[in-house]
Parts: sequence; C-alpha cells; structure tokens
Amino acid sequence: MPDLNLRSYDFRREREKSWRELDDLVKRIRRSGLSKLSASELRRLPELYRSTVSSLSVARSISLDRNVIAYLESLSVRAYFCVYGGREGLLAGIQRFILQDFPSAVRAARWHMAAAFSVLFLGCLTGFLLTLGNADWFYSFVSDGMAGSRTPTAETSVLRDVLYKSDDTAVDRLNAFASFLFTHNTRIGLLSFALGFALGVPTILLIFINGLSLGAFSALYASRDLSVELWAWLLIHGTTELLALVLCGGAGLVLGAAMAFPDKYSRMHSLAVKGRMAAVIAIGSIGLFFVAALLEGFARQLITDITLRYLIGGIALTGWLAYFIMCGKGRYTNDD
Amino acid sequence: MTDATTAPSPRMQRSITTPEGVMLHVTLAGRGERFTAVIIDLAIIGAILTAIVAVVIAVWSDIGGNWAMSLAIVLSFGVRSFYFMFFELRWQGTTPGKRLLELRVIDRAGGQLRPNAIFARNLMREVELFIPLSLILGGASMMENLFSLLWIGVLVALPFFNRDRLRGGDIIAGTWVVETPKAELLPDIAETQPKNELNAVIQFTPEQLSIYGVYELQTLEQVMRQDGENSAATKSTVALTIQGKIGWQSPDEQPVDPSAFLQAFYAAQRGNLERNVLFGKRRENKFDKN
Repeated sequence: MPDLNLRSYDFRREREKSWRELDDLVKRIRRSGLSKLSASELRRLPELYRSTVSSLSVARSISLDRNVIAYLESLSVRAYFCVYGGREGLLAGIQRFILQDFPSAVRAARWHMAAAFSVLFLGCLTGFLLTLGNADWFYSFVSDGMAGSRTPTAETSVLRDVLYKSDDTAVDRLNAFASFLFTHNTRIGLLSFALGFALGVPTILLIFINGLSLGAFSALYASRDLSVELWAWLLIHGTTELLALVLCGGAGLVLGAAMAFPDKYSRMHSLAVKGRMAAVIAIGSIGLFFVAALLEGFARQLITDITLRYLIGGIALTGWLAYFIMCGKGRYTNDD
Repeated sequence: MTDATTAPSPRMQRSITTPEGVMLHVTLAGRGERFTAVIIDLAIIGAILTAIVAVVIAVWSDIGGNWAMSLAIVLSFGVRSFYFMFFELRWQGTTPGKRLLELRVIDRAGGQLRPNAIFARNLMREVELFIPLSLILGGASMMENLFSLLWIGVLVALPFFNRDRLRGGDIIAGTWVVETPKAELLPDIAETQPKNELNAVIQFTPEQLSIYGVYELQTLEQVMRQDGENSAATKSTVALTIQGKIGWQSPDEQPVDPSAFLQAFYAAQRGNLERNVLFGKRRENKFDKN
C-alpha cells in the first residue's frame, strides 16, 4: 500500500472504532429503546455522541472525503435524536409536572386566567339579566338537549326534583354518567385551548356561551326562588369544573395573545414559547375535569344537603387556589 | 432517503445548532410521508378502539352494562387523546407510524425535546385532525357553520402554506418533523482500490495537482464509488480526460489501468488539497483562482 501521508486518512483510522461503537448503540436504541441499555452503555452514549460530534467538526475542516463527512453528519444527527429526544422517566416527569410545571405555568398566565374568568362572568351575568327580563331568552341560550325538562314552562316541583332526584340514580348508573361528563367536558376544555390559535376569538365565544347558559339556568331557578338550592347543586363540582374551563380558556388566550402580539423575537418564536406553556396548562386541567366529574357524578348525586354541597365546593376551590398559588413557587423553568 | 452520494435538495434542508455548538443538518419530512404516518397511526387507533368495543361487549353481562359502558367511554377517550402523546413521550418523538416511515419530531431550536412540546403539538390534533375527521364521517352538528369549516380548512391546509411544512401543532410546540438520515461508512477510496505495482510508478508533479479543486475531487469520489454496468467505461473516460487535462504521461508509454490511475490520482489530489486547506487555501473548483 502506498504511503498515503493523508491526515484525513489517519484521522479516520484513529476514530473509526468509536464511530462504529456509537453506530451500534444508536441502532440498538432504534430497535428496542433507551430502557434496554445497560447503565454503562447509558453513560457511554453521551460520551460517544460528543466525541463523534467533535469528529464531525474536525472532519469538516480537514477532510475532503465526502462519504466520511456525510456519514459523520448522519451519525451525529441519529445520535442527537437519542441524546436530546427526551428521556425523562414517566414517573419523574409526572411528578415534576404536578409539583412544578403546571402550577407555575398557571401563575405565569394569571392575567389570561383573570380575563377568561371575566368573560365567563360577563356571559353568566348577561344570560341571567336577559332571561330574568324575558324568559324566552332561555331557549336561545340553552339547547333543548341540555335543558331537558328544565324549561320556563316547567312546574317548580319539576325544577326542584332535578336538583335532588334520587329515584333512578342507583350507584351503578353513576359511573357511566361521570365518565361521560369527564370526556365531554374535557373535550370542550381542550377545544377552547386549541381554538386559541384563531387569535383567541373562538375561545372567548366558547366561554361566553357557556356563561350564557349558566346565567339562563340561574335566572330560571331564581324566578322560582330556588337560587340557593341551584347554586349548591352547581357549585359542589362547579368550582372545580368552572376553574378547569377558565384554565383552558386562559391557555387559549395565551395562545391567541402570542399570535396577535408577538414578543421581541418573532411571531413563530413567541408562539413556540407561549404555546408550550399554554399546553402545560391545558393538559393539567384534564386532572381538574376528572375531579369535577367525580364530584358531579358521585358526590352530587349522593349528597343532597345544601350546606354540605356548598362546603365541598368551597373546600375544593380553596384547595385548588392554594395549589396554584403556593406549589412549586419559583421561576417558570419550562421554556428553555 | 439520503445516502452517501445523493444529497437531499437544499430546499428541504434545515440546520440546528446542538447544545454542543455544532451545526447539524436535518432533512424535513415530506408531506406525503407525514400523511402516510398519520394514516397508519389512525389505523392503529381504530384497531384499538375496535378491540375495546369487543372487550366491552364480551364483559357486558359479567360486570354490568353501566360499568362496561363507562370503561368503554374512558378508555376510548384516553386512546384517542393520548395515543400520540404517549408514544412521542416514550419513543423519543416517534409513533408507530412515524417509526415505519423513519420520521421524528425534534426541537426546532436544537435543544432537548421536552414533554411540554409534545403536549402542545398533540393537543392541537383535536382541531386539526379529529374534528375534520368527524366532519368527514358526518357527525358534530355544532361545527357545521361556514366559519368553522373555513377555519378548520385553513388549519388543515397550513402545512402546504409554509416552507417548513409546519402544522398548527408544530408551530405552537416549536418542533419540526424530520427524516432519520441514513448513510453508511464506506471504505476510504484512497486505500481500497486494487493495489498494483503501477501505483508506485504513477507520480504527479505539484503543477499537475493544482488544476482541480474540491468539487472535482468529490465528483471523482462519486465516480469511483459507482459499480454499475457502465462504471468501467465511465472510469476509463474520466481517466483519459484527466490525463489529457493535466498533461500526464505514462512513464513507460504503456496505457495504465484506469482504476489504478484514478485511485492514485485521487489520493494525491486529496492529499494536496487537504494540505492547502490546512493552510487556509481552499480551492473550491477548477475555476477558483484563489
């Protein structure tokens, strides 16, 4: 063999073994995942990755062998996928999410939450005042399917029965009811987040419409002097559920605001940063919807005492507020 | 598909800067591939949902209709909403469909792919994928007004209207979907060509090595890595062209084996160019007056 005297050739001969080792490791990860690697291999992965990336830098500056550069680039990219593809353990991730990411994201978006709550409140007030003035508004704000037997023409006793009905609510029916509520409400919540993409307008509409029907119901019951009973019936789960709706709506507004008023970098950058934060809130609110559905499906049907209903609703609200205000206090560390 | 010899079109190439500060090139996934991957994933979701329904029907009488019903509702909701998130979290930004098509989700800025990005890009699927799907399959009466249709149409068409083929979820998550590159480490041509005692005879003067640049060298590399049926003919044409261009004469006036000549020339030319590169003189091609 001729005396090549090629620097790039010697360079390749020295490093090739570690490239091959990384290549094998990456291929194994592709086949069966990171979790199948032994502890020493897991330690070796970032070392090999760094040395290969530095090989790539060297090769780019000294080697003219196109195949070597293309190979190193491809190997580095594949190893990059493994090293930076996300590998937090599921349990550790969930723990971090609950204790840190979720409450601090909510805190960071507190003004959006306040705005979403105002929209809900305004909707409720509008629905209440309009329906109180003219009962016909009720039909515009509440769909037939939702109202059921509860319409302005119904007897007061029928309206009262809805709040306390217990005859056909045997416990084994309740879980189907609760699971329906959960999936239905969660879909509405996640939808109001995702619709924030349209500058937040559909999100505001969705929350406002929810407020309208809430207001219409309370006006109907107020006209029969059943306000206290109705709110007991609503708030036992409503503090949690409406909070979850406000969280999702607020998350949607975060998204809409990022779209409409980008930060100092660019619209894409601001959407990416704010979008990830808002998504954390939306995912976390699924937990609230779940608790709300349990309260609505079980607690509300089993507990008919008004004071107890208010008490449970109040405790839930206090608990959530304490969680969001105090938990994982510190900087929002999620957007790196 | 990327191999050593065919580079992907630059329009699809993006670069990321890794946390180590090295720039890497990635190739964006094509829309067709992403669409196929989604179809595969949807088929899997469909299969799981069918299985859930079958199980629920099987246990209906054993555990009572209501329990079975609530189980079905929660399970189908979970599968539909969390299928993509689950796999992208566990499989480092891939799902079964993406894996089959060798696609991956990465952070656009080159950092770690974090769970919050995976949440964000998959929450958007509700409006980008499932609502349009239920419209097509004829449900969801509340979404039937013109404005929603228009808006959803815009969202679905979004990947066709930006250079990076981002869908809404990618935009708010700051992610790209890229191809997994493939390249094999081939033997170094400078050493693998058939050895021949002529190698010792084939010598070049510095003037002969100062004619071509990096572009010609790498084109030559490509030619020498070919092994199709016409490769021998191509090689001898190229060998003759080079000999004519640099004015090289066989020492004993006998024609040399084209492969042996090209290999010797490649090694010498690369050595020469690489030495110059070290001194900061990179000659890009034969027109480079540098």
